[in-house]
Amino acid sequence: MPHSTFFRFMGPSLIAMFLFIALPIVSIFVQSLHVEHPQVVVVSETCQPFGGCTQTTSVDAGATAKIRAEQPLGQFNGLGTYVDRNHLAFRELKAILANSNGVGDAIALIYNLPLYRALAFTVTYTAVVTPLAMILGFLIALAVNIVPRMVKGPVMFFSLVPMLITPLVGALILYWMLNTEGILGAAIQHLYNDPNLSTRTSGPLTWATLMTYGIWTNAPFSFIVFYAGLQAVPRDTLEAAIIDGASRLDRIRYVVLPSLRPLVLFVLLVQLMDNFRVFEPIISFNASANATSLSFLVYSSLNTQTTQLFGSAAATSVITIGFITVLIVPVLLRVARELSAGTR
Amino acid sequence: MHFHRIALSLAALAAAGPSLADCGIASGSVRILSNDFAALHVLNDTAAECANDTVTVTSNSTTEHKNIQVPALTANPAEYTVAVVANNSIVPLLGAGLIRPLDDLVAKYGQDLQPNQLIKIDGKVMAIAFMANGQHLVMRSDLLKEAGVDTPPTSWNGVMEAAAKIRDKGLLENPLAASDAAGWDLAAEFVNLYLGTGADFFEAGSAKLAIDNDQGRLALQTMRDLTQYMAPDYVTTDTDAIAQLYRDGKVGMMNNWGSLAASLIDPAKAQPNVAENTVFAAAPTIGDGTIPAAALWWDGFTIAANISDADAEASFQAMMHAVAPETAAEHPDVAVWLIKGYQPGPAAVGVIANANGGARPYPMVPWMGLLHETLGAELADFIKGSEDADKALADIDAAYTAAATQAGYLN
Repeated sequence: MPHSTFFRFMGPSLIAMFLFIALPIVSIFVQSLHVEHPQVVVVSETCQPFGGCTQTTSVDAGATAKIRAEQPLGQFNGLGTYVDRNHLAFRELKAILANSNGVGDAIALIYNLPLYRALAFTVTYTAVVTPLAMILGFLIALAVNIVPRMVKGPVMFFSLVPMLITPLVGALILYWMLNTEGILGAAIQHLYNDPNLSTRTSGPLTWATLMTYGIWTNAPFSFIVFYAGLQAVPRDTLEAAIIDGASRLDRIRYVVLPSLRPLVLFVLLVQLMDNFRVFEPIISFNASANATSLSFLVYSSLNTQTTQLFGSAAATSVITIGFITVLIVPVLLRVARELSAGTR
Repeated sequence: MHFHRIALSLAALAAAGPSLADCGIASGSVRILSNDFAALHVLNDTAAECANDTVTVTSNSTTEHKNIQVPALTANPAEYTVAVVANNSIVPLLGAGLIRPLDDLVAKYGQDLQPNQLIKIDGKVMAIAFMANGQHLVMRSDLLKEAGVDTPPTSWNGVMEAAAKIRDKGLLENPLAASDAAGWDLAAEFVNLYLGTGADFFEAGSAKLAIDNDQGRLALQTMRDLTQYMAPDYVTTDTDAIAQLYRDGKVGMMNNWGSLAASLIDPAKAQPNVAENTVFAAAPTIGDGTIPAAALWWDGFTIAANISDADAEASFQAMMHAVAPETAAEHPDVAVWLIKGYQPGPAAVGVIANANGGARPYPMVPWMGLLHETLGAELADFIKGSEDADKALADIDAAYTAAATQAGYLN
């Protein structure tokens, strides 16, 4: 293909990618290096309906606005935000490693730091949900592939329902069902004959609930991609395998899976990125006491009643991008290698 | 004959239409941003009566108002002309200079206002308060009587004794509930109890945190002690959830908002025996404290700075129509009004008892919001029982200090 044709073809997407992906990331990075200016405060008399008038500190709006107008980004803080206690907490980590009593104590102390706590759940969620949702999706695809043509439509529709429901709403429905007054929550109590049993009380149970929800909501994507892939599995090879006496399991292992391989890598890539930014179920399940994620930290830095911490949110975002990169680069390299092997 | 009938029905239609009040506004645009609860709906609807050919009135009631207000009022002209705020949400507007002094407008149109409705900062009226709110004790008199509790409890220790009796009698397995859901609600529980001890959150005149003391430990210990009488998923229940449990008769005593009180004694919403036997009282005292351990809140309105003077005047007039004495007279149950001539109804008992008992207002210092967020995140481990008070206070201090440094309040 001539270069000019290539660029005419690709140009618009490259420009869009630059504008909507590269520039925002650069802007977030620049923001993450800054914190708010020192606020100018004044003490003045404040009168309100209760307690009468008292001397109260307040921000001097005029003076603070002036400083802000001179340097709208805020005060340059370098990597200060990245290493503070609410982010990578290097100083705290060092102290923990120097003073803790044994590995268990060190882990507990590190888990107490907000970013590492969020990271622990995010990584576990990604590691558990990604493979299980893919396996479930593949099994559904195999099953749908062999049901009679007449019921195929309805079965496919029902298999896709979790993907059709807005994640926030789907999670909320499950949350209410698991409420001790809800149908699932009450059933679990009845089953174990323990009126105080609730999936929302303990950390491990909350994690398990969130991950079950994640598998449920993510499986349809794998299913639909794998189902499409199954239609392209070479029939000749399959029939040859049947004649050779291969069992159903053998056929899946030696014929179906190898031909789905590029799709598996594609789904893996998408699901890793998707699961790493887990957020909605934590909100819907009111689960932040037991589970937080990196996206949740960004949200809580911005969704505040008074002071929005833009620098903090930006730093968490950049750290998240860093972790995602580490996670998906091996997969990307693998895809690239396979593609180049395919063209040879 | 036919024509007569049509003319008649047209006349009837016109008479039944919305009554357009004459608010005396020449012309202008009134755009209201407010939180989302019953009393504020009443205000927004009443203000909307001022609309006519030359005056437009729109309103947006949303629980996200705190996130919207600063960007919306920073725009010039501002997206909203009126921001309805409370003790906490007025602070960022003041800090960014986004609301205007109201002294001239009060002098011109504020004949019906009472002196305590004027929120004054540095001598200037910056907001007009119209209602009070706060969390107070709600209890079932029938359960207390059956359990042999003759005088209703007035302290948290008394509440726990009563709860133990209710449980021992087998009346309710989990007699108490609290809005201990991690986040804003959990933090509010601590703020209430800590205020009740009489101690201050910060060192005087500074953003430095000062809760690592006996009072802080007492507040935490009380929060933890109470959970032994609660259903085990207390760490996920917010104010709306516990109100529903209470209406369903699953809970015997709780602290909850005055603005929710009417729904607890409404037979259409609560179980009949709950609606019938519910009594309200001031929030209980903590430790040796003598004041109700609850923050007092006011809700009021502010007028944006970045709008034309004509719109500001129109907005103020429309809001004065909304908070006129008639509103309080027509809707006595939706709020504890601070409006002249208000006759408190049965749902107002708790908030008024808080105020009369000397409860302290929610602090208006600029860094209180950051502390509130920090408390909401860091107290979760403590309330679950997986860390002790010392560790919780150390965590809060570390997290708050990092955040306050980011925000420019601490060096």
